[in-house]
Amino acid sequence: MLLEMAVGGFADRVAVGSCDDGLTFADLFGRAAATAERLRSVDAGHLVLADVSSEALPVLLFGASWAGIPFVPLNYRLPDGELRTLAGRVSPALAVAQPGTTERLDGLDGIGVVDRGDLWQGLSATRTTENDWGFEGEDVAVLLFTSGTTGDPKAAVLRQRHLVSYILGSVDFGSAGEEEAALVSVPPYHVAGIAAILSNVFAGRRLLQLPTFEPGAWIDLVRAEGVTSAMVVPTMLARIVEHLDAEGPSSPGLPTLRALSYGGGRMPQPVIEKALDLLPDTSFVNAYGLTETSSTVTLLGPDEHRAAVASDDPKVRRRIASVGRPLPGIEVSIRDEAGAETPDGEPGDIWLRGEQVSGEYREQGSRLTDEGWFPTNDGGWLDDEGFLFVTGRIDDVIVKGGQNISPGEIEEVLLRHPAVADTAAIGLPDREWGERIVVAVVVRGDVDISPDDLQDLVRHELRSNRTPDLVEFVDELPYNDTGKLLRRVLRERLAHLGDA
Amino acid sequence: MPELTPGSRWASQVCTTEVIIVRAPDGDVDLECGGSPVVPVGEGGPNGPPDAEAAGGSLLGKRYVDGDDTLELLCTKPGDGSLGAGGTLLDLKDAKPLPASD
Repeated sequence: MLLEMAVGGFADRVAVGSCDDGLTFADLFGRAAATAERLRSVDAGHLVLADVSSEALPVLLFGASWAGIPFVPLNYRLPDGELRTLAGRVSPALAVAQPGTTERLDGLDGIGVVDRGDLWQGLSATRTTENDWGFEGEDVAVLLFTSGTTGDPKAAVLRQRHLVSYILGSVDFGSAGEEEAALVSVPPYHVAGIAAILSNVFAGRRLLQLPTFEPGAWIDLVRAEGVTSAMVVPTMLARIVEHLDAEGPSSPGLPTLRALSYGGGRMPQPVIEKALDLLPDTSFVNAYGLTETSSTVTLLGPDEHRAAVASDDPKVRRRIASVGRPLPGIEVSIRDEAGAETPDGEPGDIWLRGEQVSGEYREQGSRLTDEGWFPTNDGGWLDDEGFLFVTGRIDDVIVKGGQNISPGEIEEVLLRHPAVADTAAIGLPDREWGERIVVAVVVRGDVDISPDDLQDLVRHELRSNRTPDLVEFVDELPYNDTGKLLRRVLRERLAHLGDA
Repeated sequence: MPELTPGSRWASQVCTTEVIIVRAPDGDVDLECGGSPVVPVGEGGPNGPPDAEAAGGSLLGKRYVDGDDTLELLCTKPGDGSLGAGGTLLDLKDAKPLPASD
């Protein structure tokens, strides 16, 4: 339906790729039809993708939807064994592999494998079937495996009605000017990668893809293609900012880039402040969302960014670290352990409700409450004007002497110190207190700083029971490829700092 | 007619217009296009003409709301008929631009 409308509105515009040789919306539609025909002819139950972004990605996403089967993008960076295990969970399927890698998925029961290059050759751009693209709200549009930072990956179920609600609720049809182009550098298996395709197609905005993120290549592409908007995860922005900064005073900047949105993890405050400084004409948007909520549920908009940075009021200033306010169709509620709403401003579990919220997993079923709320397991709190602050996963809460301490709270304070480039607080076993607070700190440049300075800072800003027991200086923190901090890995690395 | 649930799709009987419901009030709503009741998508078609007082046309991708702002729908295919509810034409909704987040 979304692509059909785009074809009705602007068939000859370029939808994906360069202005000279990209796919138009009509091409995209024709190839999606050919994909659907292929999927039906082999009776594929799912369309699996183990591949980087390419012009085939949007074609396959829409083709699967047309055929009425789930699209299942897998993390192609996983080791073969794990990739095969995930693919095996969605049999029967047709699996599309990155060129030259079909052997990675060969020989699995019920799964046919095709090389993306071969598939692409065989997809005729001319439509042979009549347009019989229906729209069944209950059809599963996409299955996305959660990153599994805490256990086995779960297959989040997003139905057509969730994704369409998200798009209709957040994008105005055909609202993009003909000159606009969006750069997508998140991988296909990230919910933001899927959302980017849908929302830009509906807006009529040309999509550009960077299959493997590298800051120099990203900047070159923005300049070469006149990119007007882009979405990045915090680690990407940090590297882009570093690269731009190194270009020095003669840097041409990124004058075409009107809007830059970021999300998918915690943004270190110095990075966003530096980015605002280096890109004075770019609008910044912080988006918070989860796989289970069809991407974005809250936004911190451009004006709110600039207002926060310019303000003398600490309450307003602090909002630079918030994820903003909910989209029109979304309700946010902060709940305590018993599921009761917390009193004003008290932290708790973030619960979300709205048409785009799925909260369903293939094997575990729906996790929505009877009233339709999805408990995210993300901790957070709301300020008195409804700005949401996310403090981290509830599972990461440090319990010291019976007190629940959110790592995000300590990290936010430490990141304000000019010498702290990055930091993470974790709990390690402590015979006396249950857990002790250990902070890993990456120091900026060669600034001289002692553990005492940082302990004093936290003691002064928060309560003394939040003060880190140990400060460990490290070269870097472990992140996965989409910018999520791997606290489990950090806990293993620093295990020697806890009691046995 | 069946209840207008969000996500349900309807077609005109007199022109090519099709719509999807974004939000709807509880209870019955008589949704019309070109002066005739709409029908589920697939059952409609341009068997026109639209009534003269409801022939202003519908616009692709535009949102339409009723006077109480309880009914909102999106035009997924344009046509010659105007959209209405209970004999009153719907209004074109002003765009409410949100910053692009992806």
